[in-house]
Order: sequence, then structure tokens, then C-alpha cells
Amino acid sequence: MIAPEVRRVEPQKVFETLKALKDAGYNVLVDMTAVDYSAWPEPGSSDPYDKTYRMTGETKELRKPRPIPAAARFDVVYQVMKLDPETGADKGRVELHTAVGEEPVLRSAMSLWPIADWLEREVWDMFGVRFTDRPDIKRLLLYEQFQGHPLRKDYPISKRQPLIGPASGEPAGNPSFNHSEPTVKYD
Amino acid sequence: MIKTAQDIAGEPAAPGRRHQTYLLNMGPAHPAMHGIIRLILEIEGEKIVNTETEIGYLHRAFEKHAEVEPWNNVVPWTDRLNYVSPLINNVGYAMAVEKLCGITVPERGQYIRVIASEISRITDHLTCVGASAMELGAFTVFLYLIKSREYLYQLIDHLTGARITTSYTRIGGVKGDLPPDFKAKCLEIFKKIRKDISDSDKLLTKNRIFVDRMEGTGIISKEDALAYAITGPFLRSTGVPYDVRKAHPYLIYDRLNFEIPVGTKGDNFDRYLARLAEIEQSMRIVEQCLEQMPEGKHSLEPSEMEEAYVFQDQGKHGDTALLYKYRAKVDQTLEGMGRDADGTARTRDRGHVLPPKEETYGNIEGLMDHFQMVMWSWGVKVPAGETYFAVEGGNGELGFHIVSSGSDRAYRIRCRPPCLYIMAALPKLLNGGWVADIVPTFGSVNMIGGELDR
Amino acid sequence: MPVDEAAPAGAVTTQLDAALGWARKYSIFQYPFVTACCGMEFMSTAASHYDLDRFGAAFPRFSPRQADVLMVVGTISHKMAPVLRRIYDQMAAPKWVVAFGVCTCTGGFYNNYATVQGIDTIVPVDLYIPGCPPRPEMVLDGLVKLQAKIQKQRSGIGS
Repeated sequence: MIAPEVRRVEPQKVFETLKALKDAGYNVLVDMTAVDYSAWPEPGSSDPYDKTYRMTGETKELRKPRPIPAAARFDVVYQVMKLDPETGADKGRVELHTAVGEEPVLRSAMSLWPIADWLEREVWDMFGVRFTDRPDIKRLLLYEQFQGHPLRKDYPISKRQPLIGPASGEPAGNPSFNHSEPTVKYD
Repeated sequence: MIKTAQDIAGEPAAPGRRHQTYLLNMGPAHPAMHGIIRLILEIEGEKIVNTETEIGYLHRAFEKHAEVEPWNNVVPWTDRLNYVSPLINNVGYAMAVEKLCGITVPERGQYIRVIASEISRITDHLTCVGASAMELGAFTVFLYLIKSREYLYQLIDHLTGARITTSYTRIGGVKGDLPPDFKAKCLEIFKKIRKDISDSDKLLTKNRIFVDRMEGTGIISKEDALAYAITGPFLRSTGVPYDVRKAHPYLIYDRLNFEIPVGTKGDNFDRYLARLAEIEQSMRIVEQCLEQMPEGKHSLEPSEMEEAYVFQDQGKHGDTALLYKYRAKVDQTLEGMGRDADGTARTRDRGHVLPPKEETYGNIEGLMDHFQMVMWSWGVKVPAGETYFAVEGGNGELGFHIVSSGSDRAYRIRCRPPCLYIMAALPKLLNGGWVADIVPTFGSVNMIGGELDR
Repeated sequence: MPVDEAAPAGAVTTQLDAALGWARKYSIFQYPFVTACCGMEFMSTAASHYDLDRFGAAFPRFSPRQADVLMVVGTISHKMAPVLRRIYDQMAAPKWVVAFGVCTCTGGFYNNYATVQGIDTIVPVDLYIPGCPPRPEMVLDGLVKLQAKIQKQRSGIGS
């Protein structure tokens, strides 16, 4: 069973902790991701999607309070693993959480594991968490002209920003699309 | 930034001449780029000086959809992640959610999940080896392996209802139990696949051209592979025997007897051999599962079956006294979802799983249970928490990091795509090599766009 | 019936059109613009079980200059859309576009910020093959319909 040891640190201490873990033998950065807690439903909050009543008539509180302090918006999660290259055994994993606020800045882990480059680019692309001490960050999965960070909770899922075609801002006579102005304008 | 060859080669240009590199763009629409990826190559003659990869041409917002759709509805989206081995993604996602819910699938359901995963793994490796062989010119091998894959697609069609995008697992089990003739069909198909694999092996493994192109190209060292968090056949070809099925056995893998092929040099040829060997191991696993599986409630006399409308009519009238001993004869798309699967292929937990069809049609409690599972904003409720679960995908460790807020849909699902890490290491594999080596190397990377870009 | 249809000149050009249509429909050079999961079904259709070669459409031409049918197979994202448009523009007439899979017809169930909701917003489509992914039998049915459409197309000679 994969049961990583969960730790939480301050954003300023993240790089030292990661370096200490790497020196202690955690040689693989398994994953790095972020979670946006700005839409977290508190226990007891009423919400049309909050029905726990079952046939037996019992209601159970499934919700928990917000895992990170209210001032912080994002929780950045690193997962490292100690992998023995000879036997291929997984000698332990550590899951490192850090809560960053609205203007998030963290120190990059690129110097420790080269894969952190792409993982940080993805976190920047999707959430807008900035990383220092690394070459210029650019988007990984979306195109450069895209504005906004889609996995944030305030980005609506069908808000499109097309490069060509209807609603892209190109003139209607442009041969790059077939239809005239669409009736729905995406903002 | 343009590097001159002097930085790499270290030898100065002849007097009066200078080295200059040439920027070549491969992709996004390129036949050998399985799907869409863009390689920006700096080449000097035929030698690659620097590579830059641009991905994201198939970004389809899986993680955003997973925040909008209820828990069970995310399963079709997970199909389309690694679309050559969709059942493995389904199983990985369902197991991650079940870890958070704290429910365990009954034994027969676990065996069915293992069988489905391994069949998917076989299709993944067949596609990878077939496509990379085709790009090197071995078109016959492609046709043989796609023919084998076709048999498996027909088997999966018989099992799940669809060939590729199966949506087979549910939270708490699988959609339906195995069809009665599954074991016989499966064993027969494996005979054919073994023949095709052995034919392809004879055509390729000692073939001078194939070996020359694959051996010694695309080499990556153990340390580099670990620094880039690469897992799967790629890592195993460098000599590290890490497989999630052995390191963290899930489902019933600890009861099965199988080996993990490990390479030595970390080049394309080792990866090709590792994938062929893994196909054989997967077939072994499925055969063992079919032997060891606990029996389902399949053997039925015709007199014990009643048409589904009989259940409905009698249920509406309240005549449910004798219905408990009969099984409903339902449409073939609902086969396997009846009383035979309840408690064997799916858990009995009515909070997470649909009731068997006989209950749904036969009595009001079953109908209410069914409605409470499918109505919007009801359905599976997963308690608040955060967890990570990984399975062994076709390319490596496929992990799902799930955050739940206690409502009927996920708060955040992160899919750890195994081929992202390999693609990040692509410059390491290609730099210093020849342009002609891009094709076999990229073929053995087995980049699947759905997984890479999600 | 218009006068020119009954004239002998019309009789020759319609025969020529029919002959050209026959030649074009049985020698389709497809450009399989494969992006996603539908590519697996395209591979199955092109392979030996559901042979595309019987319809004359076996050989993919991976250059748009040499192809006449652009088969857009799989989801097109907004990042990829300009590339698709450029490939379409590079093809020489006569050309046809096949929207293979529901993601290319209408966007499929990917109603999100990254997916083009149907490639007919950026290129004109001649044949829609829905399905997620469509079964190979459906692809072959669609191909036959495309061939019927190609047969009926006026070549423009003599008009």
C-alpha cells in the first residue's frame, strides 16, 4: 500500500526540506501538483449538492474543515520517493505540503531534480504559482496567448479563447473560418 | 539559443569556415510523432545538437472536467487518458477513490479488474511495438500485431461493450460480471496471439537492420532515469527492477506468479525486448487469474430466469415474495449486472454501488436505491480527505492524487502521467545522436497524447 | 429542363465528370491527421481485418501537397487549430475533409476551454463520422458515402 509520510512546511523552508530529503536518499521526485482551496465547502455549509440522507435516515458529516489556513489559497504538494536502484524496492515516500497565498512564489527545485522544470511549468500554467531561481517560466500545456490559469476555481470550464475561428476576434471575412459571428460571446 | 557545434564538439572550425546549426521543426503534424508533439531540433548536418519539446496539443482539460462531474461520471474521461490501455486508467482511478472511501471490492471483482488491466497492457505493448516497427519499415509486423490487437478488442467488446473506450470499472467494482464463455474465448485468443508474437519475434529480433537501428540508440543511464522520475518499461530497460505491481502490490497481484523483464543497457532494443516479454507475462497473469478466480453465480437453470418485465409487473403489484429466487433476463447491455455480480464483482454497499437489476425492477427499496445513486447531487459520496494511489500503467507508474471535499464530485483530481517524465527526458535521449535515430527512440518512448497532455 | 443539359456538349462533360469522379473515388490518398483515441480505430480500419485497401484508400500520404482527403482523426484543441487550418490550406484542390470521431464533429463531451467545438468552424467538412470512437464498420460506411459524394462532384471542365 502506498502510504507516504505527510509533512507540512512553510513556503520559505520548502527548498531546504527538499534538499535535506534528497541528501537523505530520496532520489525520485514522483509528482508535484497544486490544489486551489478557494472554493472549499466548510462543514455544515448548506449547498444544493450536500445531501447525505440515505435510506436508513442517518446523516453523516462527510465534510472537514479547510486543511490550510484561510489566508493561503493554494496547497502545493511534492511527492518524493526513495528508490533502491539495485533491488527496485520503494523504501519510503514523503508527501510535502506547503500552503501559499494569492501571490505565490516558491523556490524552484530544478537544481535538485531536472524533472521539476516541467512539473513547475505545468503548475504555473494551470494555477499561476510562480517559481524563482529558474530560467523564464512558460506554459506547458496551453498556448502562450492564453490568458488566465484554468485550474483555478474561478475559471469557468467552457470559457474559450480560440486562436482562429469564431469568437477569436478575427474579422468575420477571414477565410480561416466558415461561420459568421457567433451569437454567444465568450468573455 | 543557438549553440555552435564548438560548444559540443570542442574542436575549432577550420580557418575561414564556421559551424552553424540549423533549426528543424518536427511536428506537430508528423507521421512518426504518435499523435501530436512538436520537436524543435537544432541539427548540424545529421547530428542533433539540441532538442526542445513542445507539448500540449491534445490538452483536453481532464482535471477540470473531473471537478465538474460526479465521481462515477469521471470514468469515461479516464478512459481517454492512456487510450491504448484504457482499462488500466479506469482501475487506477476507481482504486484511488475506493482508498478514500475505505471500501474493498470483493475477490471476484478484483480478479476481474486484474484480467481487464492485463489485457489492456497487452494491447498497449502491441500497439507500441507495432507502430514503432512500422516506422522503421517493418509493415508486416505492424499488420500481425494489429491483427492480434483486433482479437483482443473483440474480446474486450464482448466483456465491456466497447472496443477502446470501455468505461468498465465503477466505484466499488466493475460494471458487470464476466460473460460465461469468456474463459474459453480468452484462452483461444491467447494461442493466436502467442503465434503472432513469435512470428514478429522471428522477423525482428535477429534482423540485421532492426538491430542496427535499435541497438545503441536512445540510451539513458540509470541515474538520469531516476533523476527524471521515469518508471515503467523505460526504467526497467536501464536495469532498475521497479514495478508498482511488485513494490506495492494492489488488487490480488501478490497471489500471482509473474516476472518482471529487466534490461541492461537502456537502449531502444532493450525496451523492445522488455515490452515483448511483458506481453507474455501479462498473458501468464490472465491465465492464472482465470484458474484461481472464485466462482461466480453463473450456472443457472432456464426455469430460474424470468423476463425483466415480469419483475417490473409483479413488483408494481407488490408480488415480490417469490422474486428473490429468480434472476432477471435483461438486455445484453445489462448482462452481468444482476444478482450474480452483487457481492462478487461489486460490493454490496448500497451507498456506493447500483443495486442488482432484479432489485431495481422488483421492489421499491431497490428502485429508491437506484435513484439515489444516479440522481444529480446524490450518488457516491466520498468523505473529505486527500490520497494518492498508483497502479502500473503501460508506461509506468500511473498515479491519481485525489482531494475530496465530501460532496458528490471530486474537488481535485491530479493524474500523474508516466509518459510526461519520459518526454521531459527526451533531450537527454536525442542530443548527440543522429536525426535518423529520432524515429526508433520516439517509437520506444510510447508517448500517448491523451496521457501526456491530459 | 434547361436547354444546355439536353445539348450534346452537356452529354460529353457529364460523362467526363462521371469518369473523373470514378477515378478520384477509387484512388483516395488520405492524410490521416491523427491526434487522439480515434487514431486507434483508424489503425484498426486500415489494418488487415477491416481493410481500407479494398476501397482504394490504403496509402496515406503524409504530405498535404500530395493528399486529397484530409481525415481529421481525434480531438482538435485550440492550440492545434491553426496547424489544422494551415494543413488544409496547403492541400491542392480537389480536396475533401472527413471529420472522424465526435470530437471533430461537435467537440464530443469535451465542452471546455481547450477544445474546438467541431472542426467545421475552421475548415469545411464533407463527411461527418460520429462515434467515440466510431466502430470500423461505421468508418467504412462513411467512406462509401464519401465515395458517392466524390462521384457526384462536378469537375468544372467545360462549364
